[in-house]
Amino acid sequence: MNPTRHAIGLGLRRGWTEFVLSLRSPQDQGFYLFMGLATLTYLWLNRDSEVAGTDLLLPTVALPSLLGALLAFGVIIGPAYSLAMEREDGTLLRHKALPHGMQGYVTGQLLYHSIGLVPLLLVILVPGFLLFDGLMSEPSGWLTFAWVLVLGLLATLPIGMVLGSVVPSVQKVGTWGMLPVLAVTAISGIFAPLQSLWGWVQVVAQVFPTYWIGLGMRSAFLPDAAAAAELGGSWRTGMTVLVLLAWAVAGLLVTPRVLRRMARRQSGSQVLEAKEAALQWVK
Amino acid sequence: MSAVFPPGRADEPVVRVRGLQMSYGSHDVLTGVDLDVHAGEVVCLLGPNGAGKTTTIEILEGFRLRSGGDVQVLGEDPAQGGDAWRARVGVVLQSWRDHARWTPRRLLEQLGGYFAPYATPERSRPYDLDWLLDTVGLTENADRKIGTLSGGQRRRLDVAVGIIGRPELLFLDEPTAGFDPQARRDFHDLVHRLSDLEGTSILLTTHDLAEAERLADRILILASGRIVAEGSAEALTRQVAGNAEVRWAREGEHFVHATDDPTPFVRRLFEQHGDEITDLEVRRASLEDTYIAMVQRFESGNPTAPTLAEVAR
Repeated sequence: MNPTRHAIGLGLRRGWTEFVLSLRSPQDQGFYLFMGLATLTYLWLNRDSEVAGTDLLLPTVALPSLLGALLAFGVIIGPAYSLAMEREDGTLLRHKALPHGMQGYVTGQLLYHSIGLVPLLLVILVPGFLLFDGLMSEPSGWLTFAWVLVLGLLATLPIGMVLGSVVPSVQKVGTWGMLPVLAVTAISGIFAPLQSLWGWVQVVAQVFPTYWIGLGMRSAFLPDAAAAAELGGSWRTGMTVLVLLAWAVAGLLVTPRVLRRMARRQSGSQVLEAKEAALQWVK
Repeated sequence: MSAVFPPGRADEPVVRVRGLQMSYGSHDVLTGVDLDVHAGEVVCLLGPNGAGKTTTIEILEGFRLRSGGDVQVLGEDPAQGGDAWRARVGVVLQSWRDHARWTPRRLLEQLGGYFAPYATPERSRPYDLDWLLDTVGLTENADRKIGTLSGGQRRRLDVAVGIIGRPELLFLDEPTAGFDPQARRDFHDLVHRLSDLEGTSILLTTHDLAEAERLADRILILASGRIVAEGSAEALTRQVAGNAEVRWAREGEHFVHATDDPTPFVRRLFEQHGDEITDLEVRRASLEDTYIAMVQRFESGNPTAPTLAEVAR
């Protein structure tokens, strides 16, 4: 029995169990419901507005962009919160005390946060397709949707894991993680086209994966003619693949190191300190 | 006075620590700890808060890097202990709110799975789940959400997680903190069972003296960053001078006398005064008296007692 492969198998079971438990939890059900309702309400209220420069309606353009933004945001903030939390509550330490435990833990996290996207996508896509017409122009778009989803996950999951490893405490995920990620999302052409922003902001936005995931999603859902409204008048598919791959590779190189460094510093007294600090926080 | 093992003995200790030092910045927590744990032994590390018990045990667990000294746990340096080493060591952690949605059965099944590749013909791993749940007294609560367990039940779960891989060596850091008396007794029985039936070597920390006395084959007292005394509870008690107190009354007056050897003293007392003696009471020094005396002596920075740590070299 190869212990590493065995640990990865256990990690997959862990991720699946976490997912099933999350689906059964009223708190998480509420979260999915809220996200679905908020997105659909926004689209419904703007159902008749036309997007400048095209003959498309806003929901048609905004839905893929929002999917991209939710993917990037959820997959960065989700693992960041989980990791920061589970560093403090001892989940991570439990795994550190097991042979190959960290490999299993990380596998579980990756699977859990990846499949956690499925219900989020469903609560938006299923009612979206019932409420609005002409969302998916070509059936072949689903193929593009699939690879953008996978590459997007690979590009953003490591960012979340790194954030969760370096933040000093759960309370700091807001300032260290949430704010920068929200800022990047705001400038990534989700709510307003990139061209309407200052030049340097456009450059910054194109460094991060969020813009490219949104662009990829639009290229999946919208007709080819809609590319005219994009920066450079094209879907820039090759560039999208390149940027997302670069982030994925960088993540693959950096994340294990950061995780190992973080795990090395885990100890029982650290968990106890975090507990005491959190109890103070509650008071 | 303390056990001295000649070098090169076949049965190497499972834990061997020499000159262990730990400092945080300019603050020295451990200034030279020497200790051994032998196979099948239950050793208790006793000491006041801040003496470095937790630091010591975390270094041995491989969770903390030491500043200096030589440490061998199951023949390896815990700072470099690999996964095969990890599989032989059990650590009981104080959990808090982790895995609140899981059930004890599901969690133990998941965590125990990691030990399966390390099973050997002589030592199956992990423990059978139902046996383990029964042993720690969690059978009835095995399918409840962990978030709804009481503090005591949670600690039982912590113990189960710590031993599920059938460790050869088990570390317990203040294992019974927060236990009610019944849970404490159950836990003591479990420690005896692990030690007697499974041959598990156990190193635990506590500041509960009664617990140390009940569980440990050997007690080490850690004060001011080093081991200041070691031995069985009885041997430690004998080391403190004037270890018994004789009280009596004669003609309405009360007397107290401290002595190392109360029997001849009482005999002489009766020879001298015969029937006049009333309210006779002989009280042996308890481990608590010994402990407080030793800790005070070393923390005051004036160790006039024989320094046992050096004797042990």
